[in-house]
Amino acid sequence: MRIIVCMKQVPDTADVRINPETNTLIRDGVPSIINPYDTHAIEAGLQIREKTGGTVTVVTMGPPQAEDALREALSMGADEAVLLTDRAFAGSDTWATAYTLAKAIEHIGADLILCGKQAIDGDTAQVGPEIAEFLDIPHVAYIRKIDEVTDGKIVLQRLMDDGYDVVESSLPVLLTVVRELNVPRMPSLKGKMAAKKAVIRKLGAADINADEESLGLKGSPTQVRNIFAPEVKKDRKMFEGTAEEKVGALVRELAGLKCL
Amino acid sequence: MFIKVDRDKCTGCESCIPSCPYDAIVMRDDKAEITENCQMCRACLSVCPEGAIYEVEEASDRKEKGQGSGVWVYAEQREGVISGVSFELLGIGKKLADKLGTDVSAILFGAGEAEAQELIKWGADRVYHCSDALFSNFNDEPYAGLLSDLIRQYQPEIVLAGATPIGRSFIPRVAARLKAGLTADCTALEIDEATKNLLQIRPAFGGNIMATILCPHTRPQMATVRPRVMKRGEYNASRQGEIIAVKAEGIRSRTKVTEIVKEVSDISVNLQEANIIVAGGRGTGGEKGFQLLHELAAALGASLGASRAAVDEGWIPYRHQVGQTGKTVGPKIYIACGISGAVQHIVGMQSSDIIIAINKNPEAPIFNIATYGIIGDLFEIVPMLTKKIKEAKGL
Repeated sequence: MRIIVCMKQVPDTADVRINPETNTLIRDGVPSIINPYDTHAIEAGLQIREKTGGTVTVVTMGPPQAEDALREALSMGADEAVLLTDRAFAGSDTWATAYTLAKAIEHIGADLILCGKQAIDGDTAQVGPEIAEFLDIPHVAYIRKIDEVTDGKIVLQRLMDDGYDVVESSLPVLLTVVRELNVPRMPSLKGKMAAKKAVIRKLGAADINADEESLGLKGSPTQVRNIFAPEVKKDRKMFEGTAEEKVGALVRELAGLKCL
Repeated sequence: MFIKVDRDKCTGCESCIPSCPYDAIVMRDDKAEITENCQMCRACLSVCPEGAIYEVEEASDRKEKGQGSGVWVYAEQREGVISGVSFELLGIGKKLADKLGTDVSAILFGAGEAEAQELIKWGADRVYHCSDALFSNFNDEPYAGLLSDLIRQYQPEIVLAGATPIGRSFIPRVAARLKAGLTADCTALEIDEATKNLLQIRPAFGGNIMATILCPHTRPQMATVRPRVMKRGEYNASRQGEIIAVKAEGIRSRTKVTEIVKEVSDISVNLQEANIIVAGGRGTGGEKGFQLLHELAAALGASLGASRAAVDEGWIPYRHQVGQTGKTVGPKIYIACGISGAVQHIVGMQSSDIIIAINKNPEAPIFNIATYGIIGDLFEIVPMLTKKIKEAKGL
């Protein structure tokens, strides 16, 4: 089975803070990591390969330094890594990103495509389903368990708000996965050595036969107008005095609003 | 459009570099340069002391918008029951439609005539209803196929859906097919007075910052909206509207739902439906601090929530987590104890009616969104509050 895992290198958002004066993000010293959900997609790909045979190819779109993330995936056991990098991809929103990845997947060829449910920097969860649409294949999102995989069919558990659905799909199919699916393996020493030496395949817009009008900023229907820190509430009331007085005032206020 | 640096004006001071949330500014030959990581957020424009960073308009910026009118709300159902977010979407959809001088339609796949009527009572002027059995269970392809067909036929200018497992899974397929702009998980929606464009506001970077997104050149403008953030519209039992039966023709599905398994934990229901939530953060210092919150919650009949910091420390299980990566809640009263108020927490609870903040740090950002604030040590304040509430309730 030809398995492709789409992945993204992201800043570790747990470490990102806002500069209150400039209202911008402080990224100094924030490490770049593989999007955590994608590590579960990689693990799922490796586990399926172990059962059915085949290859796992990791694909990312990004700047040249995204190679680090690809090498990490190779050290976990992926067979091949592909970096989509081109000036023409600049400023892609989810639509243009999904289009570009879909063209690359068409070029490489796949029976099963795995993605993390979303990336922690954008949190959109849109790229996976959009890739499936561009490839005209089915997708199932929020996979928490893969019950059965054969050449023509896959049986899955899809996480929902109130439980889960058991879903059957034909192949090829695209899945987006959640953390509950598995525990990603640590890279082995041998894997790390091999990853260091591995050649990363690079593809640009011309290699994947992409329509220029659908790439990058030109191909992106959405635009970020501005970013800002959340507003301050104007009508707040701070209680003064001793602890006893402050608590007393709060309880009176709540009683007045018939909250108690 | 793109962002450029005027190399003659740039002094190489590097002050723009940390301002970029996307790491898209690099130094080349001692001058700043914008790389392909640029997302056009414009954060750098105001930072440059020389005014050397500017926007460049392109011919494509002035593309014609598609036609279209009307606000559409995708009304989600599960096993024939309409989910709450659909009524919230009708609430915000009506507001947007009023500003645009247009009306609101609901789209209902599956469920019955009674549910369609219910959507009218909650504010829909019109319901496009497909009752075909193909839509009883959720499969992405038929849902995306029929919604795309309807949008092509009727050309609404705005399409909203819930940011639920269903909406967030199939709506992207519709956007891909129609080449429409789609913004995920919005927490606020407004109409820009000048251009009449939809302003789609959402948290980004793990909820550390908010972003306003636009789809200036394409129609419809599509957004998924986070549940329990928008207020429901008014329910009017005598409201009249039109129900348009829709047929599903040439729609296929390569996936099939074979079983639906319910697995609802009491806590998640409790948190999301609670009237009062007492929540603790890093300031609780551990399980001992949470014990005090437990007692306060018991006195109030409240549920217990927590910030990510407290969950990451292992003081309380994940299912209590409120925030970007936890649950979104909207109780009548939210009591934040020892929670500093990182944006990622705030986006999960800011729609609470009354927010009470108890924190010993007067600079804690939680006070910025609080209705009532007490600066003090929670180990002193919380037990006192518990006692006084018990007295007030006559316990």
